[in-house]
Amino acid sequence: MRNTLWETIAPNLTLLVISLAAFAAVIYALFLIGSRASVRWQGWLRYGIFLGPAVLLLLVGLIYPALRTLWMSFMDKSSENFVGFDNYLWAFTIPEIQIVLRNTILWVIFVPLISTIIGLAIAYMTDRMKRASVIKSLIFMPMAISFVGASVIWSFVYNFEPNEDKPEIGLLNAIARGVGIEPVNFLLNPPWNTFFLIAVLIWIQTGFAMVILSAAMKNVPDEVVEAAMLDGASNWRRFIRVTLPMIRGTVVVVLTTITIATLKVFDIVRTMTGGNFQTNVIANEMYAQSFRQLNYGQGSTLAVILFIGVIPIIWYNVRQLRLERTER
Amino acid sequence: MRHFVRRRTMLGVATLSVAALALAGCAADEEAADTSASSDSDATAEVAAGCEAYADYLGNEGESVEIYTTIIEPESTLFQESFLEFEECTGITIEWNGDQAFEEQIAVRVAGGTAPDLAIFPQPGLLASFAGDLVPASDAVSASVDSNYTADWKNYGTVDGTFYAAPLGANVKSFVWYSPKTFADNGWDIPTTWAELLTLSDEIAASDFAGNAWCAGIESGVATGWAATDWMEDLMLRFQDAATYDAWVDNSMPFNDPKVAEVIAEAGKILKNEDYVGNVSAIATTSFSEGGSGVVDGSCAMHRQASFLGGILVGDYGATVVSPEDTDVEGGISTFYFPGVSADSTPALGGGEFVGAFSDSAATQAVQLYLTSPEWNNDKAALGGWFSPNLGLDTANVADPVNAVAVEILQNATTFRFDASDLMPGEVGAGSFWTEMTAWIAEDKADQAVLDAIQATWPAS
Repeated sequence: MRNTLWETIAPNLTLLVISLAAFAAVIYALFLIGSRASVRWQGWLRYGIFLGPAVLLLLVGLIYPALRTLWMSFMDKSSENFVGFDNYLWAFTIPEIQIVLRNTILWVIFVPLISTIIGLAIAYMTDRMKRASVIKSLIFMPMAISFVGASVIWSFVYNFEPNEDKPEIGLLNAIARGVGIEPVNFLLNPPWNTFFLIAVLIWIQTGFAMVILSAAMKNVPDEVVEAAMLDGASNWRRFIRVTLPMIRGTVVVVLTTITIATLKVFDIVRTMTGGNFQTNVIANEMYAQSFRQLNYGQGSTLAVILFIGVIPIIWYNVRQLRLERTER
Repeated sequence: MRHFVRRRTMLGVATLSVAALALAGCAADEEAADTSASSDSDATAEVAAGCEAYADYLGNEGESVEIYTTIIEPESTLFQESFLEFEECTGITIEWNGDQAFEEQIAVRVAGGTAPDLAIFPQPGLLASFAGDLVPASDAVSASVDSNYTADWKNYGTVDGTFYAAPLGANVKSFVWYSPKTFADNGWDIPTTWAELLTLSDEIAASDFAGNAWCAGIESGVATGWAATDWMEDLMLRFQDAATYDAWVDNSMPFNDPKVAEVIAEAGKILKNEDYVGNVSAIATTSFSEGGSGVVDGSCAMHRQASFLGGILVGDYGATVVSPEDTDVEGGISTFYFPGVSADSTPALGGGEFVGAFSDSAATQAVQLYLTSPEWNNDKAALGGWFSPNLGLDTANVADPVNAVAVEILQNATTFRFDASDLMPGEVGAGSFWTEMTAWIAEDKADQAVLDAIQATWPAS
C-alpha cells in the first residue's frame, strides 16, 4: 500500500504553514512590545531583540557542541567512562594517525601557498589586459564544481589500467602510453599520491584566490603604478614593491581563508582514495572514527586537534583585520 | 564484508506506520474470509483434499502470524507466494512485514512491547542480543532442525546453550569464478585441493594463455579492502580448524598469532604473486566488481568472490551464467568450490538468516516449524533466486547453476562459518581489517606488521 504524493506532503505543508504563522506572531509581538516600551528601555530592548536570537543560536549550535566535543574527547568510545588523556596519547603515538597528522600538515602548507601564488600571478598578468574576463572565467570555473564532482573528474585523470590489453581511460596515463612512457598508478604510491590529491584542491581554490586578488589590484591607484613606471621600475619590481604591499591585507585574507578550507578537507580524500594508501587526513579519520567505528572518544579527540589547529589562523586573521582598520 | 547502517527519516516512519495500519486492516478482512471458508473443518483437523502435507500444522484456524524481516520487495513477493498453500490449508494468515530499518526497529519494538511473532535475523550477533526476549524453539522445531540442517547452523541459532532460531536462507562466499569455455579450451581441470589450485595457477602462468591466472579487485570506496578480508576468512577456515576460527573471531586468539600469520602467507601466495595476478598493487585500485570482469573477457582465468558477483557480471559485463558442463558459451561464467587443504576437507564460508519467535502461540510455532521443512524449502527454491542450507533441498529445484553449486557446497560442508569481519567489533571488522589488508596489497606492508596493526586496534573491553 502506497501513499499518494499529497498524503506525504500534506502533514509537512501544514507544519510549514503553522511554523511560519508562529514566526510572524512572535515578530509582531516583539515589535508591539518595542513600540510600547519607554525610551529608556527601548535601547536595551533593541539589543535584546536583535542579539538575543543570534546568541541563543550560537549557544545551541556552536558553544554547546564545542564543549561537548571537548568533554567527549576525554571519555571512552561510548562516552561513558573518563579516560583522561588516553585518546590524545593514542592520536600522537599510533603510526597510522601520525601519517594522518603529517598529511594534514602537507595539505595546509601546500594548498594555500600554491593556489595563492598561482592566483596572484594570474591576477597580475591579466590586470589591465583586454578580454581578461574570458581567461578569468575559465580559471574561476572549478570553484563552481562541488568537491565530490571535482574528485570524480580527477579520478578519471589519474586512472590507471593495469592490463595493457585493455584501453586506458585515465587521461594522464593514456598520454603516457601514447608517447611510450611507463604509466603510473598515481593514487597508490605514498607520499606522492597525497600531492596528487592536493593538486585537486589547488585547482579548485586558485580561481577563488585569483578573483579576490584581482579585485584588490583594481583598487591600486593608477597614479602609483604610473609613477613607478616613470621611475623606470621593471615589471617585477613594480609587482614586488608597489602592487604586493598595497594588497597585502587581501593576500592574508585569501591565504587564511584557503587554509581553513584546507584544514577541513574531507570530500576529496574520501572520494578518491577513501583515506587508503597513506593519504588519510584528520577530517576523514575523524568521520571514520566517530560514525563508522562508533568510537566517539577518538573521533572527538581528532575534532579537538583540528579545532586547536584552526585557532592561530583565526587569531592572525582577526589581528590583521584590526591592524588594517586602524591604518585607515 | 561491508555493513550497511540504514537510517530512517521521520517521513519514513510516518509512511510506514500508515502502511502498517493498512496492512493490519487488510489482514483482518482476510481472516474473516478464511474463517467462513474453513468453517466446515472442525478442531480435530480433518484434512482437506490436497492438504495432506500440512497435517502437522493444523488446529490454528483464524490465527495470524507476523513475520518481521529485512526482506522487502521484490524478494518478499516470492516468499508470500510460497506461503499461499500453507495459508489455505491451515487457516493461518502470515503477515509479511518487510522493513529496511529492521536492525534498529526490532530493538524499539521489543522494548515497546510490540514484538513481532517471528523475526528473521540477518546475522547471529543481532539474534544473540535478544536472547532474553526470544521464546526458545519448540521441541518439534528443534528436532526438525536437527534432522534437516548441519550442527553448525543449529549452533548459530543457539545462545548460551538454548536453541532459539531456525535457519532460513543462506549465501555462500567460497567460490572461484571461471569460464568453463576457457578451461575446456586449454584443457585445465577443476582443482580439488589448495595444492592443486596453486599447481594449476603455475601451469596457467607458464602457458601461453594471454591473460593472468588470477584477477582480483578490492577497491570499494571507503569500504576498500573487504574483498581481501574474505580471502583471509576462507583460508583461515581451510588451514586452521573451526575452533581456531572462532577464537580468532572473538580475539581469544590474538590477531597477530602465528596461526594467522600462516594464513596470510598462504593468501599472499596468490594475491601478492606477480606471476599470477600481474600488477599486485593495482588490485587496491581495481573495484571489486571490475575485478571479476577479467573472467568474462579472458584477461584472467580465475577470480574468488561470493555468489552475488554473478549478477554484476551479467548486468555490467555481458556475461552469461552457465552450468560447469556448458563449455562452448562465449562469455559464459560459472563457479567451482574454493578448495580446501585436502579433497575431503570442505568448509564453507557465508552467511544466513535465522527465524526467532517472540510469541509462544501454537500458530507461531507451526509457521516456524513449517519454514524448516524440506517441503517448504523446495517449494521456495523452485520459485527461483533463493536457496537455503536445508539438507532436504533438492538441487534439481535450484534453477540457477551458481546457486546449485552453492547448495552442494553447503550440503557437503564439513564446517560452516559466518563471515568473520561481520562478527568482529566495528573498529576491526569495518575498520583496521579492511585498511590493513589494503595496505598489505597496495604498499606491500609486511605480513606481521599488518597483523600487529590490526591487533593493536582491537577494543580493550
